[in-house]
Amino acid sequence: MAALPFYVSPEQIMQDKAEYARKGIARGRSAVVLRVEEGILLAADNPSAGLHKISEVYDRIAFAGVGKYSEFENLRKAGIRHADLKGYTYSREDVTARSLANAYSQLLGTAFSQEMKPLEVEIVLAEVGYNGRSDEIYRVSYDGSIFDEPLFAAVGGKAEPLAALLKERLPEIPSLSRGVKLLKEAFAEISGATMPLSQIEAGLLERASTGRVFRRLGGDELAALSGGQP
Amino acid sequence: MDTLSFRAFSPPFDSSSFVEVLRASGRLPAALSLEVPAIGTLPHATTVLALRYEGGVVMAGDRQASEGYQVASRAISKVLPVDRSSCVAIAGAAGPALEMARLFRVEIEHYEKLEGVMLSTPGKANKLAQMVREALPMAMQGLVVVPLFAAYDPESRRGRIYKYDPAGGRYEEESYHANGSGGLFARNALKMLYREGLSRDEAVEAALRALYEAADEDLGTGGPDFVREIYPTVFTMDADGVREQTQDDVAAYYRAFVVGLRKKE
Repeated sequence: MAALPFYVSPEQIMQDKAEYARKGIARGRSAVVLRVEEGILLAADNPSAGLHKISEVYDRIAFAGVGKYSEFENLRKAGIRHADLKGYTYSREDVTARSLANAYSQLLGTAFSQEMKPLEVEIVLAEVGYNGRSDEIYRVSYDGSIFDEPLFAAVGGKAEPLAALLKERLPEIPSLSRGVKLLKEAFAEISGATMPLSQIEAGLLERASTGRVFRRLGGDELAALSGGQP
Repeated sequence: MDTLSFRAFSPPFDSSSFVEVLRASGRLPAALSLEVPAIGTLPHATTVLALRYEGGVVMAGDRQASEGYQVASRAISKVLPVDRSSCVAIAGAAGPALEMARLFRVEIEHYEKLEGVMLSTPGKANKLAQMVREALPMAMQGLVVVPLFAAYDPESRRGRIYKYDPAGGRYEEESYHANGSGGLFARNALKMLYREGLSRDEAVEAALRALYEAADEDLGTGGPDFVREIYPTVFTMDADGVREQTQDDVAAYYRAFVVGLRKKE
């Protein structure tokens, strides 16, 4: 007698995949992308100095990824290739965070529905505005769903309590130094441990700058911004 | 897994080279990879130069593009910043040369973004040599592109200059170099003006003086244009990054210089 084929409903498959991805992402640490007066601040709770979670993508666009390193690193590289190719073929002004976020959304959506194993990542794309263009922050989830965040995006680890905490303490757009202090406190509170500055990877998309406006904030600069305590 | 090779974004690839991505996407400019038919006279960029000073390097170029005996453009820029520490200057067929400079810039930026670190100065210079070599078929047809590369090298904390030949040969220069139709005259002037340990200001003045001499002797090189207010482009590279001299500064230098010349007469 042949074995009866299993039937698993599509709902069940999707649910299982979503749960698998969510668990994978929640195991890691968090990253936050936050609008500040000076531009857009990207910060991640990241004990490694070499394996980055935030990165420059293009002139005014930056990337933050959480979850499985190999997977979001691949996505980061694909995004940079996409942006450089587009900027070289057309013009540097034609590279936008919105089109990149769409490409990521397609990619993650396809991977989620067609592959056995969904990508265990959540990524954020931020573009700092100028000349009257507003700041844009897009959060793309493991299943390809895309969210346009008005003030900030918190992803990875205990993202939900972190987002709730930030929402409560962020009535309006803070200054850069206020933003750094706030994130340091928030990371510490959520992880329930002290958060030395050396464990925070941070970068800034500078609004007032021209050309490639992303720069990393080193330990000294972070210490100065957060008021001196290391 | 198909999706993990990210076909949706670009061809599967595992390299930090933008040129390779471009080639795989089929968009590498024909002028940089294939043979192109020889075309009569095309705009040519003329004189560019670079010289070292204490802790840095200055790079300058005139603004004229020449088409045979005619002026093709009075205000092109031949010195182009590549990143936070280097510039490339182009001489030769203006179209392909500018395209090469643009591609070189993206190549360097692409590497830096993917790898998270900048290419070393010799690494950048080698990459440019490869691009010149790839343009060899084009050079054989008369569209010669000869760049000049200058960078502040944070490793050795000094300026470095690389010159190229059309076959992709790469040679580091210890003191100064000038390229293009007026290159010989500029080199002769720099030979007189150069010494070890120039200050930044002295080096900028030497560069401007050498460009003046080149424009004086060479038909293809444009001198300071007081009527249209077009002056040479000058960039300096040192520990403070890449800085462009303002056109006002350059104009002020030439005004004073020309007054000095008249007095001698």
